[in-house]
Amino acid sequence: MTENTASRMAIIAAHGTLDAAYPPLIVGTTAAALEMEVAIFFTFYGLEMLKKGKIDKLQVAPIANPAMPMPVPNIIGMLPGMTAMATMMMNNMMKKDNVSKLSELLDAALEMNIRLIACQMTMGVMGVKKEDLIDGIEVGGAATFVEFASHNAIALAF
Amino acid sequence: MSEKFDQTLDCSGLNCPMPILKTKKAVDGMQVGQVLKMIATDPGSVPDINAWTNKTGHELLSHEQDGDKYIFYVKKTK
Repeated sequence: MTENTASRMAIIAAHGTLDAAYPPLIVGTTAAALEMEVAIFFTFYGLEMLKKGKIDKLQVAPIANPAMPMPVPNIIGMLPGMTAMATMMMNNMMKKDNVSKLSELLDAALEMNIRLIACQMTMGVMGVKKEDLIDGIEVGGAATFVEFASHNAIALAF
Repeated sequence: MSEKFDQTLDCSGLNCPMPILKTKKAVDGMQVGQVLKMIATDPGSVPDINAWTNKTGHELLSHEQDGDKYIFYVKKTK
């Protein structure tokens, strides 16, 4: 413990799909459990994760996604209902393997005092109001996040 | 080999990162010098508990395997 190790982690969450929402929350809560100070900056579609009642309703689309467990040709993936079906399949797989729900990880992040920063600029662009978002978060700009990260943080973008 | 312990935490069935998050929370609530017995079924918890103790400075006294269960004894050091 005498070596000079990073004590902060700064994470950007920019996507609002089911699969993309897991990594920032898993890595962030784990860093907090490893006694690091953590901030997650939610920008663009990443804001979806902070909307009230939204996080467990995020979806995964089979279209243009050849890595799906059961790959779906794009011409089929574009049909109505295919995104809902792929989402249901993914949720069932997660549940079967007892992976935590996204809301549980978000609650853990709040409990561990991770700074959850909603991007002011994208809130404006997308018409998202502070009251649309869950309690316990802060609203800030890139400088808020970068200042936090500038103190020797490991920085990750998802 | 089994250790004396003060508290038990059963993380059976839980997947990454929950065993680590729950271990952290349990150890936070204990006194320095006390030992937590943590039980997990996630094979990833073996390297992960090692990584967690390396980073936090808490001590992994020992770990053993019993069927599909991994049992860890973690001493709170600070």
